[in-house]
Amino acid sequence: MAGVLVFCEVKDGKIKKVSREALSIGRKLAEAAGGDLVAFANDKSVADEAGRYGAKKLYVASIADYSTEIYTAALKQVCDDVKPSVLLFGGTSNGRDLAPRIGARLDAGVASDVDQLSWTDGKLRARRPVYSGKAFATVDVTGTPAIATTRPNAFPAEEAGGGAAEVVDVTAPADAKAKLVETKAPEAGELTIAEADIIVSGGRGLKEAQNFSYIKDLAHAIGGAVGASRATVDAGWIDHQHQVGQTGRVVSPNLYIAAGISGAIQHLAGMSSSKHIVAINKDPEAPIFRVADLGIVGDLFTVLPALTEEVKKAKAH
Amino acid sequence: MNSVVCISHVPDTESRIKVAGDGRHVDETGIKFIVSPYDEFALEEAIRQKEKSGGDVTVVTFGPERASQALRECLARGATKALHIKGESADADSLGIAKALAAAIKTVPHDVIYFGKQGVGTDNGLVGPMVAELLGYPQINVVTHLEVGDGKLTAHREIEGAEEVIEAQLPAVITAQKGLNEPRYAGLKGIMAAKKIPIDAKSVSDLGLSDSDIFNQRVVFVSLQLPPEKSGGRKIDGSDPAAAAQEILKYIREEAKAL
Repeated sequence: MAGVLVFCEVKDGKIKKVSREALSIGRKLAEAAGGDLVAFANDKSVADEAGRYGAKKLYVASIADYSTEIYTAALKQVCDDVKPSVLLFGGTSNGRDLAPRIGARLDAGVASDVDQLSWTDGKLRARRPVYSGKAFATVDVTGTPAIATTRPNAFPAEEAGGGAAEVVDVTAPADAKAKLVETKAPEAGELTIAEADIIVSGGRGLKEAQNFSYIKDLAHAIGGAVGASRATVDAGWIDHQHQVGQTGRVVSPNLYIAAGISGAIQHLAGMSSSKHIVAINKDPEAPIFRVADLGIVGDLFTVLPALTEEVKKAKAH
Repeated sequence: MNSVVCISHVPDTESRIKVAGDGRHVDETGIKFIVSPYDEFALEEAIRQKEKSGGDVTVVTFGPERASQALRECLARGATKALHIKGESADADSLGIAKALAAAIKTVPHDVIYFGKQGVGTDNGLVGPMVAELLGYPQINVVTHLEVGDGKLTAHREIEGAEEVIEAQLPAVITAQKGLNEPRYAGLKGIMAAKKIPIDAKSVSDLGLSDSDIFNQRVVFVSLQLPPEKSGGRKIDGSDPAAAAQEILKYIREEAKAL
């Protein structure tokens, strides 16, 4: 049996968006490569949802805590059984942790963080941004299976309208050399930039740490995540988890609002693949305007509060 | 307590990337190469560990001749030994590089093996976990805090918007994230001392591997392309904040369809 296997992560009883994106492109690859789309998850309650995205079978290993070693062993069993042509992971922390581990175990090729995938000449062809989007590499991935992690927001999540996936139980080993001791929960309501559809980012133009409140207020009103330039992170104004750019996160949300960010090459590399870009900067020559679809030459300290108010009004209606 | 730190030598993050004549590689002309920024956090952590409890810090790289500069830089900062596996890393896939590194690591005493969470530029983030698998060791990826104890370590791993605390048996592989520490610069004394330390050079075949284990096997490079130049969109005057805000809102609603 060939086909495509997708590793699905489940949160609050639902398949994570990035996993649904991987299922959707996985279904197209299965059509081209031959064979079925099948999925792997740690929760059988998502069999209906996996089926709607086209999965015929859902392999389930009931593992409560994430463990690289236990998941790798479970996935290896499924790969031995299914012998998929392609194995996909959504590009999450866990997906990017597992893909290389299983790749090495199966002596298979792995392409990380891909934003295009096709089945070309009997091989998995992947395009991936390199040098933080300053260039794109196209690679052919071989191996049984060929493995890739998908960049969040790069592939549309599209239901196919299938019935519930058939659940197949997988017995996972219980022992591992690394064990989860504790998870430190995030601040309530904080969205992360990795998977956000909207990001509001601040730069040095904010002048001081406390002025990140201008960014946070808008992000909160519009339902987006807070991003930051490297300069503000290095200055200690905000935690590095918020950093967008070559040494931070490379992001491609639907909407990216940059305020007080001049647009250093390493920042542009991290966000210029965003689908819609709005920039607010008082310097009309700022490089950020070269990538912005809509640029506002003005003072962020007056424009951002006005925009926050407009967004609140719009949401209230 | 002995540490190994695996280093990659990458184009400076301020570099403008050009495509080489073969259409598949980066044109290295005029590019300044640096120790990959995440590897600096890995190295710093290993040096601090050595300062606390002794042992060696061996830096290992797989790369062409120029990569020995990266090893010199690491020695100057406080690494005690260096091993250079010579080869065109641009033609190797991640698993090929991992195989070479794993074979080299086996020849060196080690309790903790450190990587950066990814090589800046190629941004694969694959080699660390692959080495862990090849050696049968546990891995902890994207580490922001680390304590190494007797026979085990405890690390904080960054995940989406949260942190996991993970305990692992030694030997173990960790990949370092920004925030783990503040890397030091090399002082003059360190630079002078580093000159006296020989770099152990090995070829892939010295490690018992063949070229077909390493080069262009599982991931084959087809092409490298630059993104289309963006021309920039509309630019408007924001001296009337209310009018500018309405203009942005209109764009968000009608074009981004985000509200």
